[in-house]
Amino acid sequence: MQRIGVFICWCGSNIAATVDVEKVAEVIKNEPGVVFSTNYQYMCSENGQQLIKQAIKEHNLTGIVIGACSPRMHEATFRKAAEAAGLNPYMVEVANIREHCSWIHKDMEEATEKAVILVRTAIAKVKLNAPLTAGESPVIKRALVIGGGIAGIQAALDIADAGFEVDIVEKNSTIGGRMAQIDKTFPTLDCSACILTPKMVDCAQHEKIDILSYSEIEEVKGFVGNFSVKIRRKARYVDETKCTGCKLCMEKCPSKKGLNEFNMNLNTRTAIHIPFAQAIPNVAVIDASQCLKMKTGKCGICQKFCDVGAIDFEQKDTFIDRQYGAIVVATGFKPIDLDNFNEYGYHDNKDVVTSLELERLMNAAGPTNGVLLRPSDGKHPKVITFIQCVGSRDTSGCGKPYCSKICCMYTAKHAMLIREKYPDTEVHVFYIDVRTPGKNYDEFFRRAVEQYGVDYIKGMVGKVYNENGKLMVQGSNLIDNEQITIESDLVVLAAAIEPEPSVRKIATLLTTSIDTNNFLTESHAKLCPVESPTAGVFLAGVCQGPKDILETVSQASACAAKVIGLLVKDKLKSNPCVAMPDEMMCNGCSQCANVCAYGAISYVDKEFRLGGGKTEVRRVASVNPAVCQGCGACTVTCPSGAMDLKGFSSKQIMSEVEAICKM
Amino acid sequence: MQDVTTEKKEFTPTIVAFCCNWCSYAGADLAGSSRLTYPANVKIIRVPCSCRVNPMFVLKAFQQGADGVILCGCHPGDCHYVTGNYYTRRRMALLYSFLNYMGIEKERTRVEWVSAAEGARFAAVMNDFVKQVTDLGENKRLTDLRVKEGE
Ligand SMILES: Cc1cc2nc3c(=O)[nH]c(=O)nc-3n(C[C@H](O)[C@H](O)[C@H](O)COP(=O)(O)OP(=O)(O)OC[C@H]3O[C@@H](n4cnc5c(N)ncnc54)[C@H](O)[C@@H]3O)c2cc1C
Ligand code: SF4
Ligand code: SF4
Repeated sequence: MQRIGVFICWCGSNIAATVDVEKVAEVIKNEPGVVFSTNYQYMCSENGQQLIKQAIKEHNLTGIVIGACSPRMHEATFRKAAEAAGLNPYMVEVANIREHCSWIHKDMEEATEKAVILVRTAIAKVKLNAPLTAGESPVIKRALVIGGGIAGIQAALDIADAGFEVDIVEKNSTIGGRMAQIDKTFPTLDCSACILTPKMVDCAQHEKIDILSYSEIEEVKGFVGNFSVKIRRKARYVDETKCTGCKLCMEKCPSKKGLNEFNMNLNTRTAIHIPFAQAIPNVAVIDASQCLKMKTGKCGICQKFCDVGAIDFEQKDTFIDRQYGAIVVATGFKPIDLDNFNEYGYHDNKDVVTSLELERLMNAAGPTNGVLLRPSDGKHPKVITFIQCVGSRDTSGCGKPYCSKICCMYTAKHAMLIREKYPDTEVHVFYIDVRTPGKNYDEFFRRAVEQYGVDYIKGMVGKVYNENGKLMVQGSNLIDNEQITIESDLVVLAAAIEPEPSVRKIATLLTTSIDTNNFLTESHAKLCPVESPTAGVFLAGVCQGPKDILETVSQASACAAKVIGLLVKDKLKSNPCVAMPDEMMCNGCSQCANVCAYGAISYVDKEFRLGGGKTEVRRVASVNPAVCQGCGACTVTCPSGAMDLKGFSSKQIMSEVEAICKM
Repeated sequence: MQDVTTEKKEFTPTIVAFCCNWCSYAGADLAGSSRLTYPANVKIIRVPCSCRVNPMFVLKAFQQGADGVILCGCHPGDCHYVTGNYYTRRRMALLYSFLNYMGIEKERTRVEWVSAAEGARFAAVMNDFVKQVTDLGENKRLTDLRVKEGE
């Protein structure tokens, strides 16, 4: 016979103000099986937990129900308390009488009635709970970082500095990400390359870091502490171990028409190339779609000139398998396509550029060697108009509903840098709101207006069109309440940013979730911002939400702390709420294995006694508890009703249904 | 439940809501912390994934006197367990036709996708569903008479 204890929490006045907690505890005393029922101000507090522990011992409780806040909040706390008092932690159920009751109802009588039912439901369940023991699994002391932007770089350095091996898998031929493309950085205006490249070099030189550039994730198996990952090393047609980065091949390559992605396609590059001078690894890559040798069979000039014999036209994609204890996703972002925004004339006018293109136009290593010239005729633009929120905070469906967060700051930066370098240039900025919270950020923006005389115009732009070689920007000035048209030489669009599209594939491979905007979802918006909902997978940088460098680096270091915290452990406890077949009922039909997304189910031949000395060998399902994630898909699929889920058994759920319906 | 229930006024349906731990259960928590109200006759059962819900549980609820059953999972493509909610969708589609066959109005069951971030949507869905079931009136078809004996 079960001996159940019930503990109703007031949560200060959070619950007690709308639920008559004393009455609930009183009414519940009469429930069959309940031998103890009480209420207390804060069950989660030290004293509250002490009360629980004492009651377990004094009344010899076999199961307990806590009527309190959401189990997502304190289930773990109460399980620990139970365990400390010698009760199996899985003999604990939480009735959610705060989020699902006191906070949503106003009428005390109604809320109290509901609380009683919720507690009864939990009692019905706990009576059918069975003690469970979490298994243990070893932790592989190596981390994987997907994406080698500043987020991935920072996370890798921090993890490696703590003494653990880290692999950075980067899809491009070099690490660095978007930050490598940026010219100067707000709010300090230091040169991006000057602060980024030392970190890139640190990665390359760190004995614990292995950079797998030009590589992508193909397959992920396993679980926290024990991931097994298949990595595709794309053919770069250059032997990474031999290439010295001398760039002789780049001088000789006759195929010079490939668009230079690093310079946002503003100029061209050779088929064999190193994206930028400080690339890490400093190894060339051949763009097969541009290479004459690969397209026509004639050429091979680079091979002739390469002193170290690094060129290998026969190279194929290769695959490697590696094991990791933890994974950091840091896949970053891209500016959105502007196909939905024809009104700004981006596709029709060379002199309408995005902010990221402007970064390249202002960079000393960019297509114009750092002299700001307009793309159409190479002249100095005298009037430059910026348009903010292009595709951000857009609920029309053409753009993104969220704020891209970084554009207000980088536009102020661009405006200031231009006014500083070319004081005769007129700079206008159309904005909806200027949002610059952050240390020294608002001061930075104000400097653009007050010190550099940048003309900020509150209003939206209706259209940009070309009239006699001038870009006419037509918009409204909401402060003066008038329509204005600004004759401009260059128009810069602060295009919204969105997660790098391959993140969808990554999320699927890692079985972690993404939101409606393709940003990876964190486990808790406030309290677990760097953990993904999948144990052992962490999130850093813009792949989780728009951020600037400062926030990206903070988040990456936070990620690293979490990864280190995981990797220092030798063993991990696994979730014991896993599927288990009743072998007597299972007929080995294979249906369950078909629905299991994790491949946790296999089949084994087992000998069963039939009685009378006879035995029979039958094929039955067998669940690997370390791989099963406990979703329960198999339990419903099983036609013989053999498969059940520990902790959420069919009987338990049925009893909950019964308790709710019974009036 | 004589001690707290007042005598029957107008019809308030009994509603069972199965909520996936990762999204809609958290969505319900968010509705709570945002203090968004929905009727007290909705009672939530936490399941690890919407795919844990056996259509048998739904039938059981109706048999025990529930007037409406709602199942909430992660949005398609966002399942914490990759594909669980697709199974749910298929299974529930079959269940609908079975309920139809038994003469139970299809409107008494629903599958909704509610994410952990959609507290407002959770409350709105519940309000809407309760209204829908209230309009349908009491579920008499599958009630196990033994259950309502006490009344
Ligand atoms: C125009 C502009 C100006 C800016 N100016 C500033 C500024 O002045 N100051 C500031 O603080 N911030 C600025 N920012 C913001 C800054 O760029 C970002 O905060 C920062 O780059 C985010 O770093 P990240 O590592 O998250 O992403 P990224 O820099 O995008 O890096 C992601 C990396 O992951 C790789 N990757 C992507 N998908 C995969 C995959 N599937 N497999 C393997 N690898 C993958 C990418 O190739 C890339 O190398 C600016 C942004 C823009 C657009
Ligand atoms: S073989 Fe290809 S990469 Fe090499 S020089 Fe010729 S075109 Fe360039
Ligand atoms: S519960 Fe889910 S993860 Fe576990 S064996 Fe069944 S289908 Fe696979």
